[in-house]
Amino acid sequence: MSRLEVQKTYKIYIGGAFPRTESGRFYPVTLKDGTVTNICLSSRKDARNAVVAARNAFEGWSSRAAFNRSQILYRIAEMLEGRKAQFVEELMAVGASKPNAIKEVEASIDRCVYFAGWCDKYTQLFGSINPVASSHFNFSVQEPTGVVTIVAPESPSLLGLVSAIMPVIAGGNTCVVLASENSPHVAVTFAEVLNSSDVPGGVINILTGKEDELVEHFSSHMDVNATIYCREKHLTKIKENASLNVKRVSDWSNKDWYTEGDDPYLLLETQEVKTTWHPIENIAGAKSGY
Amino acid sequence: MAKKTETKLDFGSKWDYSSAPESAGHAEIKKEYGLYINGKFVKAEDGKKFASISPSTDEHIAYFAEASDKDVDKAVKAARKAYNEVWGPMAPKERAKYIFRIARLIQERAREFAVLESIDGGKPIRESRDVDVPIAANHFFYYAGWADKLEYAFPGKTAKPVGVAGQIIPWNFPLLMAAWKLAPALACGNTVVLKPAETTPLTAMKLAELIHDSGLPAGVVNIVTGAGATGAAIVNHPDVDKVAFTGSTGVGKIIQKAIAGTNKTATLELGGKAANIIFDDAPIDQAVEGIINGIFFNQGHVCCAGSRLFVQENVKDIVIKKLKDRLSTLIVGDPMDKNTDVGAINSKEQLDTINKYLKIGVEEGAEIYQPNCTLPKKGNWCKPTLFLEASQSHRIVQEEIFGPVLTVQTFRTIDEVIDKANNTPFGLSAGVWTDKGSKIFNLTTKLRAGVIWANTFNKFDPTSPFGGYKESGYGREGGLQGLSPYVKLS
Repeated sequence: MSRLEVQKTYKIYIGGAFPRTESGRFYPVTLKDGTVTNICLSSRKDARNAVVAARNAFEGWSSRAAFNRSQILYRIAEMLEGRKAQFVEELMAVGASKPNAIKEVEASIDRCVYFAGWCDKYTQLFGSINPVASSHFNFSVQEPTGVVTIVAPESPSLLGLVSAIMPVIAGGNTCVVLASENSPHVAVTFAEVLNSSDVPGGVINILTGKEDELVEHFSSHMDVNATIYCREKHLTKIKENASLNVKRVSDWSNKDWYTEGDDPYLLLETQEVKTTWHPIENIAGAKSGY
Repeated sequence: MAKKTETKLDFGSKWDYSSAPESAGHAEIKKEYGLYINGKFVKAEDGKKFASISPSTDEHIAYFAEASDKDVDKAVKAARKAYNEVWGPMAPKERAKYIFRIARLIQERAREFAVLESIDGGKPIRESRDVDVPIAANHFFYYAGWADKLEYAFPGKTAKPVGVAGQIIPWNFPLLMAAWKLAPALACGNTVVLKPAETTPLTAMKLAELIHDSGLPAGVVNIVTGAGATGAAIVNHPDVDKVAFTGSTGVGKIIQKAIAGTNKTATLELGGKAANIIFDDAPIDQAVEGIINGIFFNQGHVCCAGSRLFVQENVKDIVIKKLKDRLSTLIVGDPMDKNTDVGAINSKEQLDTINKYLKIGVEEGAEIYQPNCTLPKKGNWCKPTLFLEASQSHRIVQEEIFGPVLTVQTFRTIDEVIDKANNTPFGLSAGVWTDKGSKIFNLTTKLRAGVIWANTFNKFDPTSPFGGYKESGYGREGGLQGLSPYVKLS
C-alpha cells in the first residue's frame, strides 16, 4: 500500500505565531495537480491584530544595531537557500516552469542578501553633516517611518513579496503584508523561513486573502505610517485613505522585480530624515554656547 | 529666623524702554499689486481684489489681486511654456547664476524686506531683520550652487526636474517660506506657480518685483495672490506636476486626498506640537531662554514651536519661577520697535482661535498665568501665556494653538517623558535640555520628530533639512535632502 502524503494547512503569520484567520473563513486555490488548498481569507480583525503586533515589534526592531539587522536579513537568505527545493516545488505547483521557478527563488535569495548589506550603509550614504552658518553641530540621519502595510505583487509571488519586504525591514520598519491572492503558498512558507531566521515576531506579519477586502483596512488604519502598493486596481483609494493620518504611499506597481529591485532608493521611501542640532562653544569667534 | 518672602521681579513698571522704532520711510508700498504671470504684472481676469490689513495697527496696507481659476490657469500655462522652452533646456550652471543673483538682490534690499514683513505680518522687526530675511537670501544662495551638481546628490541615479510645481505657503514666515519653496524647485530645473497667504501677500509681491529685476526668464516663477480657492485651483490644476504645501494639518490632508487620483507628487509641511524637555541637570537659565524662544518666537506662530513644556519634577519650582520672571520682562507691542520681543497676532481670525483655546484651557482646569503687560489699543494682541498643571488629555496639550501659549507638564523618569512627548499625532520638532551627552543622544534618538534641538531651539539654516514625522507631513525642505522632492530619478 502506498503511503498517504501529509498535506499542509496554510496559515497566516502574526506576531511570530501561525494562527488560522480569526474569522474562520477560507478561499480555495486549486493546484496544477488538482489538489485543493484552503487558504485563510483574512479579515479586518486579522489586519488589526497584525498592526498591533507590528507596532509592538517596532521599538525593538528599529533600535537594534544596524549590523544586527544586517545579520538577521542575511540569515533569512541562508534559510531560504536551505529550503530552495521546497520553494521551487511550490512555485511549480501553481504553474511555473522549473527554470522559471529556480530563477525566481534564486533572485529572491539574492534580494535578501542585497538588502542585508544595506542595513548599516544607507545612512552613511544618504545622511549628512550639515555645515550650518551658526555655531551649532548639525546632522541628519534616516530613521524608519514606523509600521508599513504592503500589498505585495500578485506575481512574481515570491520575488515580489521578498522584494517589497526587504527594503522596508532593512531600514528598521515593521510591516504587515498581504500575499499574492492566487499564489499565496510561497508566502506562507516564507513565513516559516522568517520564523526560523532570528527575525523577531511581529517584524513581518503575512496575511493571505482578498485585496478588495483588505486594502481598505491597510490604508485607513490610523496606526499605520506608510503603505506600499504593488498592484494597480486600488491605488487611488489607498492614496485617499492615506490622507486620514498623512500616511506615506509608495506606488510599486509595474516594477520588473528581476531588474528593478536592487535599489537603495526603495529603502528610502519608508525612511524619515531626522535632523539634530547642538550648540558648539566659541567657533569662529561666536559668542555664548547655549 | 527671618521669614522667607518670595521675591518677584517687576521690570515692567520700573524699567521703561525708550521706543526705538525702525523707520518705514525707506520701503515703498504701492496702492495695488497685480498677479505676476509670465513675467508681467497683471490684474485678475475678473478684476477681483482684496486688502491686506496691518495686524499691529488695523491700517489698510494695499490691495492685492484675487486670482481665480482662470488666472491660475494662465500662470500654469506660462510655467509650462517656460519649463519646456527656457528653464528646462537651460544649462544648469546658467540656472545657478540666476538663483545666485536673486539671493544677492535680497541681501541688497534686506532692510526694505524686513520692514515690509513686519508691517504686513506683525512680527518683531528684530526677527524679520535677523531671521526671516537673511535666511531667505541664504536659502537661494545655498540652492543656487546645487543646480549644476545634482549628479552628486543622487548617487547611482540621474536626476531630472519634475516639471511645474504649485506651491502654497503660510502667513507665519511669508518671505522665508517663499524662499524655501522657490530655491530648491528652481535649482532642480522646475518652474513654479506660488501662492502666498491672503493675510501676508506683500513681501511675496515685492519678491516678484525683485525676481523681475533679476531678469529671470518670463514664466519661470509666477506668483498669484488669493485665498483658499486660489490655492485649490493650483492643487487641482491638471498640468501641475508637484504640489508643495506648508500650512495646517487639516488642509494638508485635504490636499493629499485631492491629488490621490493623479500622478502629482507632494511635500507637506504641516502642524506640530513640539515637546520641550527640561531635565534637572540642564543649565536652567539657558533652558529658560530656550523655552521662551521656543514658544514666543514669532508670537508662537511657528509650526515647530516648543508649545509643550516638560519639566523634571524636582526642578519644576525653580524653572517656573524663572519662567514667570522672564515672562514679565517680555516687551509686547509695536513690531517696528527694535526692543519688541512679541509682536502682533497675524490676523483677527487667528486671535479668535487663540482666545478660544485660552478659554478651553481654563475650562479644562489648567491654571492660566499671564504677565502684567499693557497691550496696544489697536491691532491684534495676545499676552504671553502659560498653562500650569496641564495634562496629557487636555485639548490645549493635544491640539496646535499656533500662538504664544505654553502648556506645562512635569515628569519623573526618562521613559515617562519619552512616552508623553511622543503621544501626539504630530512629529515635527522637539527640544531637550540636559548637560549629559549620552542622555541627549538617548532622547534625540527616541523622540519621533524631524528636527531635534538639543540645548537650543528654533534654529534654522539652508543646509539643514526641515520637516515632520507622522501627521506633521512628509518630505524635507533644506539641505541635500531638500532636493529630492523636486527631482525625478531614473
